[in-house]
Amino acid sequence: MGNVQEKVDREVLIRTLEGEESFRRFQPAAAGEWEEYILAQSSQATGGLASVPALLQRNATLYADKDAYREKEFGIWQRWTWAETEKEIEALALGLINLGVEEGDFVAIIGRNRPYFYWSMVAAQSVGAVPVPVYNDSAAEEMEYILGHCGAKYAIVEDQEQVDKIIEIQEHLHQFKHMIYIDPRGLRKYDHHALHEFSHIQNQGRAAYDEWITDLQERRAKLTYDSTCVMLYTSGTTGKPKGVVLSNRNVIESAKNSSEFDNLGAGEEILAYLPMAWVGDFIFSIGQAYWTGFCVNCPESPDTMMTDLREIGPTYYFAPPRVFETQLTNVMIRMEDAGPLKRRMFRYFMDLAKKVGPNILDGKPVGGMDKLKYKLGEFFVYGPLKDTLGFGRVRVGYTAGEAIGPEIFEFYRSLGINLKQLYGQTEATVFITAQPDGEVRADTVGVPSPDVEIKIADNGEIFYRSPGTFVEYYNNPESTASTKDAEGWVATGDAGFFEEGSGHLRIIDRAKDVGKMADGSMFAPKYVENKLKFYPDILEAVLFGNGKENCVAFINIDLTAVGNWAERNNIAYASYQELAGHPKVLDSIQSHVETVNKSVAADPMLAGCQIHRFLVLHKELDADDGEMTRTRKVRRVIVADKFKDLVDALYDGSTTVSTETEVTYEDGRKGSIKATLELRDAAVVSTAAKVAAE
Amino acid sequence: MSTQESYVTEDGRTIGPTVMEMKNITLRFGGVKAITDISFDIREGEIRAIIGPNGAGKSSMLNVISGFYVPQEGEVWYKGAKRPPMKPYEVAQQGIARTFQNIALFEGMTVLDNVMTGRMRQMNAGLLSQAIWMGKAQQEEVENREFVEKIIDFLEIQAIRKTPVGRLPYGLKKRVELARALAAEPSILLLDEPMAGMNVEEKEDMSRFILDMNDEFGTTIALIEHDMGVVMDLSDRVVVMDYGKKIGDGTPDEVRNNQAVIDAYLGVAHD
Repeated sequence: MGNVQEKVDREVLIRTLEGEESFRRFQPAAAGEWEEYILAQSSQATGGLASVPALLQRNATLYADKDAYREKEFGIWQRWTWAETEKEIEALALGLINLGVEEGDFVAIIGRNRPYFYWSMVAAQSVGAVPVPVYNDSAAEEMEYILGHCGAKYAIVEDQEQVDKIIEIQEHLHQFKHMIYIDPRGLRKYDHHALHEFSHIQNQGRAAYDEWITDLQERRAKLTYDSTCVMLYTSGTTGKPKGVVLSNRNVIESAKNSSEFDNLGAGEEILAYLPMAWVGDFIFSIGQAYWTGFCVNCPESPDTMMTDLREIGPTYYFAPPRVFETQLTNVMIRMEDAGPLKRRMFRYFMDLAKKVGPNILDGKPVGGMDKLKYKLGEFFVYGPLKDTLGFGRVRVGYTAGEAIGPEIFEFYRSLGINLKQLYGQTEATVFITAQPDGEVRADTVGVPSPDVEIKIADNGEIFYRSPGTFVEYYNNPESTASTKDAEGWVATGDAGFFEEGSGHLRIIDRAKDVGKMADGSMFAPKYVENKLKFYPDILEAVLFGNGKENCVAFINIDLTAVGNWAERNNIAYASYQELAGHPKVLDSIQSHVETVNKSVAADPMLAGCQIHRFLVLHKELDADDGEMTRTRKVRRVIVADKFKDLVDALYDGSTTVSTETEVTYEDGRKGSIKATLELRDAAVVSTAAKVAAE
Repeated sequence: MSTQESYVTEDGRTIGPTVMEMKNITLRFGGVKAITDISFDIREGEIRAIIGPNGAGKSSMLNVISGFYVPQEGEVWYKGAKRPPMKPYEVAQQGIARTFQNIALFEGMTVLDNVMTGRMRQMNAGLLSQAIWMGKAQQEEVENREFVEKIIDFLEIQAIRKTPVGRLPYGLKKRVELARALAAEPSILLLDEPMAGMNVEEKEDMSRFILDMNDEFGTTIALIEHDMGVVMDLSDRVVVMDYGKKIGDGTPDEVRNNQAVIDAYLGVAHD
């Protein structure tokens, strides 16, 4: 009780300092009442909680001694409570003011998920600047575009690698002033005129407390629901990245609605491992974390992510389908190497789980015997497996970004992991639709999220309007106007439809990718590609055929899965290229293609998209070569252009083709690889025959 | 050659006075002269390379420094005093750590345990305290573990912390060995062919670690290396050996233009 009163006193003090009368009048009687009051205040989005820094102030009082951040470093989970976090951010914010950061300045933030970078974002917001997180694996010229486009004057970066990149492009960035780095290693000898160590900036901030604290408080008080919260550059499947401006309203309302949708509370644990420049990470690790007060855990290094996941055991988890796929592939590979007893047990209980697991998860009736056996399975197989994967405590799990294979999706659900799908984009501050508990399926993306309105245009394109709808594309009124209309409806660029009965949304493809075949039937490449990608040995597929008589495809094998298969079958190979061209690999891919053709033919609307000819590419499609976005979506146009000779060869009927491809190494150097590829025909189901059969 | 004043290199590192000096070292195995009358010095904070063709006597030289071989003639001076013949462990206690050409790690132990063995010199708790793991032993373990974790972080081997060394690929084993040597907080670190058998990327990583180590901890490094490109980029000064004799000594540029060195590497007829 005394503790609560203390907290209240402190809060009143803070608010008084900030000149907010409303807080002084409130004298709470009990802890619950106080919490209720705070939440009531926030849901009305009053002046006090109209920004992320304001939420931080609330959390520092309400959850003072609760962990806000953890990061594994030196083998130990280092922790910061909300009260400590507030102090760290304040010191940094004062340091930024001391350095000369002004309201409205853009501050680029470049690094992997670490508490320091999350603090940097909130500190930037506190001083009225706009944080711009940038993908840390971007090449220097990509960074140059983004930093030049927003006119960033400051950058907070991780280490020597990022510092070197910025120095390389600095002469083209006339507005650029100062850079702050976290890890001093290797940087001691650098010219420190415009280069500062993170901890020094914080120390300077602490030292200049008296000088700048009033300034900081004034700046913080000026933040409103309509101030810019963050600017995120969309990866852009076409053209240059665009800076999406999100306001505090966008972020806080979306965080609030989505937290309520899944009953997220202060007790959740998440692992922050997805790129900080991606809107999802911003919403989970800042939006929802600050709204609900839950704890954000940062892995030790990208390589230790799986171990860290296991140690933390998050209760709320997000991953793109690729991560789930990789994990499943690893489980299957390791099971192949297990002893016969373990293998039999695994198979038996997985079959059972497949049958009854999803129903048990959805709370549907299941026979008593099956229930008992499932319990036994939980003890012997599911429990230990979930624990190994780090999913032992997951209460809400999401996947989004791409379609997930039904088998993969069912696998996790059958284990009792509440994995769901959502559909969203940067411009919507993530949430457009999501699956409510108990209504989860692999082929839909759920119902509209709270406060989101959706309409579908005649051509199938999905439009939405919500409190999360972005403000604008920075410095790009044309793109803003062509995406968001006067009434606030935003074009997603995706084609889809609402399923009758369930009211769930189903996505077909990117609206602009949906085309027409020469005979006028529908061409929906992604629909077919996804079916191919559901095979573990196919990593990527690219379908061509818009405006043509028939379709052809490029296929990328998955090195882990195919490599393991090769090892078990005594197939020797020296390189990715050699394995990709192996006749037995081609045979197996061909059989997948033919199975997919049968499945595609079953849908009369899309029967024209069957694959007539295909080839297996000699290199993996890669973001460094511009063939994919940083979030690993295929850039269709660029691939078609770069491998034009291969597409032509697929259409002109030749059986082999020699080609040379330029590749970019991670350090930016270029090289080239030569290959002779075999082109194969795949059996197709004749649609005419099918009509006749029916 | 061995002036005692400190100076600052082009890239801003301070090179101090001589810490180790080899005076007229001759080493024989029976009738074979492995090293003939070689003198050179190592200065504090520098990266000193010993290069030479196969069989030139480089590894023997390193073994003399580490106390593994006792030369028949000549003197080893360390920190201003003449060093009496010593056992390798006594040399290690003086602050000289090394890695081996053909990796000498405990294969069955984890990376962490292997690196911890590098802290032996810093553990002084008594047998009883160690056995029941209380008091001083426990406190020591915590302190040393903290130090080891910093090294693990520094060499970016967090992901394999708990992996048995036997399961690691060659390049990583080399890095673990480096970590163990570094854990001993050496004043001189001897590296015997740190890049042998590595691909270009691994070599680049290793070079960066060597430079960072020198920069961050101020460790004096003496290394033997075959790869000329690497040596010339990394070192402050280079000793060149051929057939057990010193044929050159100086900065990479001086050595590169030394006729005797060019002959030894490109090969000329020996009369």
